[in-house]
Amino acid sequence: MSSEQNILVKLNKAGFSLNNKWLVKGVSLQVEKGKIVTLIGPNGSGKSTTAKIALGIYKKIDGSVEKYTNKIGYVPQKISIDWTLPLRVNDFMVLTESLDKESIDEALSLTGVIHLKDKNLGDLSGGEFQRVLLARAISKKPELLVLDEPVQGVDFTGEIALYELIKKISDELNCGILLISHDLHTVMSATDHVVCLNGHVCCSGSPMDVAKNNEYKALFGEQASQILSRYEHRHDHVHTSEGEIKKN
Amino acid sequence: MLDDFFIRALIAGIGVAIVTGPLGCFVVWRRLSYFGDTLAHSALLGVTLAYSMEFNIAFSVFIISSLIALTLIQLQKRTNLPGDALLGLLAHSSLAVGLVVIGFLSFIRFDIMGLLFGDILAVTVDDLLIIWIGGALILLVLKLIWKPLFASTVNYELAEAEGLNPDRAKAIFTILMAAIIAISIKMVGLLLITGMLIIPAAMARNISSSPQKMVIYSIIGGLLSVILGLFSSLEFNTASGPSIIAASLFLFILSLLNIKQSIKLKN
Repeated sequence: MSSEQNILVKLNKAGFSLNNKWLVKGVSLQVEKGKIVTLIGPNGSGKSTTAKIALGIYKKIDGSVEKYTNKIGYVPQKISIDWTLPLRVNDFMVLTESLDKESIDEALSLTGVIHLKDKNLGDLSGGEFQRVLLARAISKKPELLVLDEPVQGVDFTGEIALYELIKKISDELNCGILLISHDLHTVMSATDHVVCLNGHVCCSGSPMDVAKNNEYKALFGEQASQILSRYEHRHDHVHTSEGEIKKN
Repeated sequence: MLDDFFIRALIAGIGVAIVTGPLGCFVVWRRLSYFGDTLAHSALLGVTLAYSMEFNIAFSVFIISSLIALTLIQLQKRTNLPGDALLGLLAHSSLAVGLVVIGFLSFIRFDIMGLLFGDILAVTVDDLLIIWIGGALILLVLKLIWKPLFASTVNYELAEAEGLNPDRAKAIFTILMAAIIAISIKMVGLLLITGMLIIPAAMARNISSSPQKMVIYSIIGGLLSVILGLFSSLEFNTASGPSIIAASLFLFILSLLNIKQSIKLKN
């Protein structure tokens, strides 16, 4: 399954320190084509930092990063855009790569914001902007998607739909996804591999393995591991009826 | 036709405005107006060196301004001083050193006013060549780095993450700033060059809805400022630089009316 040529990005004992303080240390993980790797962990555990190391935004790092693709789509957790720029959604879509109209429209339709295409970026709500960010990242049909809490501020039904979309994209484009999420439900359902961070890698493995891990229980509490069993129950029904899941 | 000083000034001004239009938009977007000022102040040192060594002025200014820009980047990395303090330090010390050096060059007649505020009479056919060839080069390079520069202006991390190399684009843009100051110093003067960069772009911001439109309006605004400014400077016998900048201010005030209207429409 994990043959060498499928690897898109690989971290070897990577770490990053700022002002003599380690934000994250000794992280080893790899993202492969068609696989979703999810980072979980409490606030300040180094999830976003790990994503930025993988992306090459942080350069002075400990350990090493091997990147095998340059077709990358990134949805950052925080994005500060200067409103001195007159920027419409349409301009934002082609920010890092020139795209034809069809690709732009398709991506905006998939995330449900095609009607905002000519709106000024500064006039969008938080949730709308988040959908635009996701649309921009997928529109270039990347090989690697790095999604740092991609559905924050999105309404509940939209959240489920967007996670389904992310899963679909991973299957259709056969792209690898590095996902950061606080939503344990989603993490445990759609993910191939979970890495639990707390300044270092606490535990990692399949969602099932991680949920059983004692360190995971210590971090997220007993309830968190029960989420998985509850979810697993629901998971049986995904194949029979999608509508039922949405009602839950 | 080129014998007429006024035609020469007009051609020079038009060339400068076409280049300051798009560069000025980036100066506004990236909040670089004081950076532009600093480079312009350091241009005086470049001019004095050009005189004392009988060098081409534009070339000498380009070299000195680029050096000051690089010094600034190094100081930002190696000291804990805030950016505006470093800018002020470099701007005023290079201006002061430039003026001191002028004092030593008492054997040369210096038109300080022309240097500070621009002088249409001073524009020669050689200057026209420098402005138009240099300007074309600046625009060509800007077009090449447009995507990474613009993307990193919107968001540095997105540009970096998606492989656009924003640091290189930023360094090249810094050199382009030094270059535009070098070629336009005779027209607008070193105290007013930043105005030529910022005011048409600010005017354009008030009336445009997309980055492309802002660049186009900024160029048009600059062209109108040059034409209006130069004709009025001929009419009223005023210095060329201040007249051009005053004309651009006039256009900016007109563009404010547009903002008021669009706010009214929204309500």
